[in-house]
Amino acid sequence: MQIPAPFDYVRATTVDNALELLARYGPESRVVAGGHSLLPMMKLRLSRPEWLIDINDLYELDFILRDGNKLRVGAMTRHTTLLESDEVAALFPIVRDAELVIADPVVRNRGTIGGSLCQADPAEDLSTVCDVLAAEAVIRGPRGERILSMSEFHRGPYETAVGQDELLCELRFGIRPRSGSAYEKVERRVGDWAVGAAGAAVTLAADGTVDDAAVGLTALGLDHPLAEAAAVLRGRRPDEELFARAGTLAAAACDPVADQRGPVDYKRHLADELTKRALRRACDRAAQMQEG
Amino acid sequence: MQISMTVNGTDVTSEIEPRVLLVHYIREVLGLTGTHWGCDTSNCGTCVVLMDGQPVKSCTVLAAMAAGHDIRTVEGLATGGTLDPVQQGFMEEHGLQCGFCTPGMMLTARALLDKNPHPDDTEIRQAISGQICRCTGYATIVRSVQWAAAHPAGPGLEDAADTEVKA
Repeated sequence: MQIPAPFDYVRATTVDNALELLARYGPESRVVAGGHSLLPMMKLRLSRPEWLIDINDLYELDFILRDGNKLRVGAMTRHTTLLESDEVAALFPIVRDAELVIADPVVRNRGTIGGSLCQADPAEDLSTVCDVLAAEAVIRGPRGERILSMSEFHRGPYETAVGQDELLCELRFGIRPRSGSAYEKVERRVGDWAVGAAGAAVTLAADGTVDDAAVGLTALGLDHPLAEAAAVLRGRRPDEELFARAGTLAAAACDPVADQRGPVDYKRHLADELTKRALRRACDRAAQMQEG
Repeated sequence: MQISMTVNGTDVTSEIEPRVLLVHYIREVLGLTGTHWGCDTSNCGTCVVLMDGQPVKSCTVLAAMAAGHDIRTVEGLATGGTLDPVQQGFMEEHGLQCGFCTPGMMLTARALLDKNPHPDDTEIRQAISGQICRCTGYATIVRSVQWAAAHPAGPGLEDAADTEVKA
């Protein structure tokens, strides 16, 4: 039987209240959102907080809101809500692609975008999604609000820029015309961690060439968007030869680890193939948006 | 700490340790052993209960986190001595053999049908994809849910007439 070590439980009522509680209980306190990453770690005693601050009552952080040329997504937005949002799917189809293969439908009812990003598991899908969409993370703390790029937000496996006394409150996604995105993942079964995955976001210029592009990998030993691929894609007309070049670059840049999910050469093959597939679909979608 | 919630329409209040998981609270404190406890790692789905109408894996929810919410377990599916159409469907279409996954499967099915009264087979399979059955190969579970979708008020008049003739 897996039971967490003893802790005290407190339920935050507002963001300000959560920040007060974090300040009061200090480094031995942890915030719990959906709980599907933290509770398993607590059950295995890999995490032993003395205070658990439950933020599930912070409905103020559960929103999807279009604000000018940005889409604002609250940190407590559940995976199921993101998956079912037609607005999100129309603007950023990569989100629905990824959400369909994150954990399973029942887990998605609890898990949140903020919790996933703060857990920062190397096999976590939304980190790659936010990377290629160049999302901004809105963090609040005792010193006020700060807005970080994803490269500033990520610090490495299981580590982010969110301080002990801070709370990730919101993700912001820039809306751009003639844009498309896609996510391609290989997993052994529903709910398992990815063997490997690739995400791509593309913006086309009015003449149909690539204006901007980003490619990212999940669980393949590359924790930032692949700059070389973006450089190769920019200014060129999307075609199979271009996708193949980006795939080759992704395979060369990744650094996968052999484990029970597969050997290194197979994972490298996935980096190549999934990059091509994600780019192909992202470009198709961007072209459709251009026509529409 | 003291927690209160609604379980199958009844208000309950208990004194518990904050680390108690919802599945153990339901089974051991409330004595409702219809909710099963399986893998303990939110993979198998036999511990699924409805929280405010949505399926959740109760091995990965603290009882304290469920406080203030509306919980429905398999014991709360039948109303007034009448089986839920989902339960009837599992009987009609042999949706179980050993029965271990059944409570979680039926609650997920109930939530699916509440949201989508006429799912196709793919939608049913997606809905239960976070739950494991090692007996049926899922085929009869899908048929059971389809039976429930086709009989939203339980066995219809024709079915009832059949039963009478057989009796």
